[in-house]
Amino acid sequence: MNLIPLLLVIPLAWALLSLLLPRLPIGLLALAGIVLQLGTAAMLWNNVQVHGASSYAIGDWVAPLGITLVADGLTVTLLAMTALIAVVCAFYAIFYLRAYEKERRYFWPLFWFLLAALNGIWLAGDLFNLYVGLELLTLSAVGMVTLSGERHALAAGLRYLYAALLGSLAYLLGVALLYGAYGTLDLGQLSSLLDANLMTQLALALMTFGLLMKTAVFPLHSWLPPAHGGALAPVSAILSALVVKSSFYILARLWMDAGDALMPVSAAQLLGTLGALAIIWGGWQAFRQSEIKMLVAYSTVAQLGYLMLLFPLAIGQSQQSAVLAWQGTMLHLLSHGFAKAAMFLAVGTLVLAVGKKRVVDMAGISAKMPLALFAFGLASISIMGLPPSGGFNAKWLLMQSAIQSGQWHWVAVLLVGSLITASYVFRVFSVSFQKDADPQIRSTHPALDLSALLLAAIAIALGFAAAIPVELLTLPEDML
Amino acid sequence: MNFWLPLLVLATSLVAALFIFTLPEERHALRGSFNLLAAVVKIALVGWMIIAVANQQTFETRFTLMGDIDFVLRADALSLLFAGLSSLLWLFTTIYAMGYLEGTPQRSRFFGFFSLCVASTMGVSMAGNLFTFLIFFEMLTLSTYPLVVHKGSAEALRAGRTYLFYTIGGGVALLVGIASLHALVGHTEFVETGVLRDVSPDLYPALTAIFVLLIAGLGVKAAIVPLHGWLPAAMVAPAPVSALLHAVAVVKAGAFGVVRVIYNVFGVEFSYQLGVLVPLAAVASFTIIWGSIQALRQSDIKKRLAFSTVSQVSYIILGLSLFGPIGTMGGLVHLLHQGIMKVTLFFCAGIFAETLGITRIRDLNGVGKRMPLTSAAFTIGAFGMIGIPPVAGFISKWYLGWGAMEAGLHWVLGVLLVSSLLNAAYFLPVIYRLWFARPAPEWPDEQIPAGRFETNPWLLLPTVITAAFSLGAGVFAAAAWSPLSWAELIAVREYLS
Repeated sequence: MNLIPLLLVIPLAWALLSLLLPRLPIGLLALAGIVLQLGTAAMLWNNVQVHGASSYAIGDWVAPLGITLVADGLTVTLLAMTALIAVVCAFYAIFYLRAYEKERRYFWPLFWFLLAALNGIWLAGDLFNLYVGLELLTLSAVGMVTLSGERHALAAGLRYLYAALLGSLAYLLGVALLYGAYGTLDLGQLSSLLDANLMTQLALALMTFGLLMKTAVFPLHSWLPPAHGGALAPVSAILSALVVKSSFYILARLWMDAGDALMPVSAAQLLGTLGALAIIWGGWQAFRQSEIKMLVAYSTVAQLGYLMLLFPLAIGQSQQSAVLAWQGTMLHLLSHGFAKAAMFLAVGTLVLAVGKKRVVDMAGISAKMPLALFAFGLASISIMGLPPSGGFNAKWLLMQSAIQSGQWHWVAVLLVGSLITASYVFRVFSVSFQKDADPQIRSTHPALDLSALLLAAIAIALGFAAAIPVELLTLPEDML
Repeated sequence: MNFWLPLLVLATSLVAALFIFTLPEERHALRGSFNLLAAVVKIALVGWMIIAVANQQTFETRFTLMGDIDFVLRADALSLLFAGLSSLLWLFTTIYAMGYLEGTPQRSRFFGFFSLCVASTMGVSMAGNLFTFLIFFEMLTLSTYPLVVHKGSAEALRAGRTYLFYTIGGGVALLVGIASLHALVGHTEFVETGVLRDVSPDLYPALTAIFVLLIAGLGVKAAIVPLHGWLPAAMVAPAPVSALLHAVAVVKAGAFGVVRVIYNVFGVEFSYQLGVLVPLAAVASFTIIWGSIQALRQSDIKKRLAFSTVSQVSYIILGLSLFGPIGTMGGLVHLLHQGIMKVTLFFCAGIFAETLGITRIRDLNGVGKRMPLTSAAFTIGAFGMIGIPPVAGFISKWYLGWGAMEAGLHWVLGVLLVSSLLNAAYFLPVIYRLWFARPAPEWPDEQIPAGRFETNPWLLLPTVITAAFSLGAGVFAAAAWSPLSWAELIAVREYLS
């Protein structure tokens, strides 16, 4: 039996179920569904590892007419990450949303639509399906941001929506141009067809702009912090860990598929420069924030910058350097996913317990909530890129790639990024260790701490088990 | 078994740390017993490996991390030198800390991170390549931070910031060095006599730069001047943490890293050929003198001890940079000797502060009569630091001087002489005050009245034992299982293989 369609069917079915039958114990139902999905993803992962990449043509129509879903090493790794993060966030949400009776009603349908969209994007083999996935993703993500219905949430959601729509528009325009020129949208077919003319490059530039907007790459990032920082904790976790990665994933595939011939080295260096600026600006803003969730949100802006280093390290460089850059970037995507989700969950618990949002309100918290803080600490290790963690291994690979291609300026960016990250992360710790403060805290369910700890532990474990995803990631190497 | 033993040694403190973190704050007895049990088990395991390694066995845990990088833990003679020291001192420091922190809050956090620190130190000592070394080296930084800021006062938090500023900066230098070396050579395995002997001379400038980066990164923890600023600042931490920083883990990890880089990565002969050893000896000598002069200027007991550490740790570096087996022995044996002597001194400083409220040197007048055992322990430690026979420090200095002669670096003798005089100048007045000065009418803040013991026996016992070790390591230096014999074994394997 082909497992690929199941990954779309399960979330869509559960979305309808929780939308139409809200009186059922939706949380528990969701947990069952997500465990099912995790199992499916794991089985598919195993299949690809044993038998290699597989594909599924919906209704047996093949490209260019039909829709083809492709599961290769990268795809299954991302699917597994999505399912794993989603299962923990769902578990967290069950307990967290007890305090949010009203929001709970629509959280679950949106959660499932979002998962369906994500899985669709990871699996899509053509540009139009990617577009459909992106749109579904945007709509459900915006919905989740505005769940609380409060003024600031609505404002953030609206801003997010405008930015995302503008991005979609640019992307769609590029897709249309490509379709007009080549008559196919299948990524595999396109990569052999594309030639370097003005039209193609314009199309690619438009698509790149749209995707940069959706990925919130500096200087197009300003919609992200209010949206991620203002949402409910499990929503923030999913948005930062997964949603922004999907548009980056499309961008990366596009550039790697189109290859050196089409993508000028100067453009790649420009993208890298944007990434470097994101690292510095995002880090600096994170350091300056007074609200702890905004600090974490700006940290996402900075961390997305690391992903952009893929382009200057892979485009126009040696094969070896490109492979290292690809592995490093994807490992960073994975470990940032786990670590940032853990961070948002931990911070969400802290805010819930203290009842206040600012960093200074966390004074003396280490005595009262050691586990949440410990989870935050473990996640920070990976975010800072210190060993042992997946974040460190990713940084190591990127650094090896930069050194081998002789691009020392990117090494400097990586190092400066770590230092800035350390400075904003330890701001939280410094406050939390203060002695004289005696914060009044509400007791929280231990499941909240446990979820954050679990995700953080995975981010750390990736420091020891990086070989498992990295070896799978070498599979799409033939497309370089 | 040879695969699992290094992991097991690591696990004893790692499991202890995780177990302690999850224990409720008020389960003091359970936490204490578990902690001590773990420490004893660790000593037994390390002891087992020491005997086996002396008989030419090796222990190695290895698996692939990613691509061409392995995670390697290996117990060789050198790693056991450091692992032995740390595991032994972990036991005594834990006993001491249990007495020291009695009745204070946040002990779960403290002992948890304390065990985590020791776990990292074990990893540092047994790491089989630079990549693995870096993992544990950084883990050590992170697990020490909560201990440095343990008191939570504004001063402690400031010290914590300083500590991070230096150590994370050092970590970055180390990372660049290791990454470049890996890009250049393709691996970073630790091999006896080094891995670089056959590289082409075109790479010598790059390798020299990498050497400087690595030593600078390690030098932050080893407190080489001018990278030592965090060490005096961190004195605000509780006494057992100072012991940990100065004797058991942090400073030693830096010095030990220098050993690894010179002997097992670059190889001592290659380093000599590259011409990096003499400059390193000069930097170490400068640090020795500078640290001693600064120590002389301090009026606070712990501050004086801190600057004394800056100076003493560079004896180790100095010994390593003297080309020849005798200097190597001097440096390596001082790694152990400095550990047990300095831990004794910090234990004493903590006892003075806890029992009588004394933190300044001028208040130590006449303490010898009130606290004879502690004062005696302090005296032994101080004599060792000065290098008065038969305390362990004398052996170190003897071999360092001899090694310098063998290496033809006669100016090093001058450095040793001057620093010994300075050591005497800042320790002898303290000892004079302890034993011969007239006590003030009352102690600054007497907390523990004199009873059957002069102070809390939990504090006194480990202090007396480590003082005895300091004496024993000197008196029985020629015995088969002395630190000196072990250092000789390492030197023989490094130079004759």
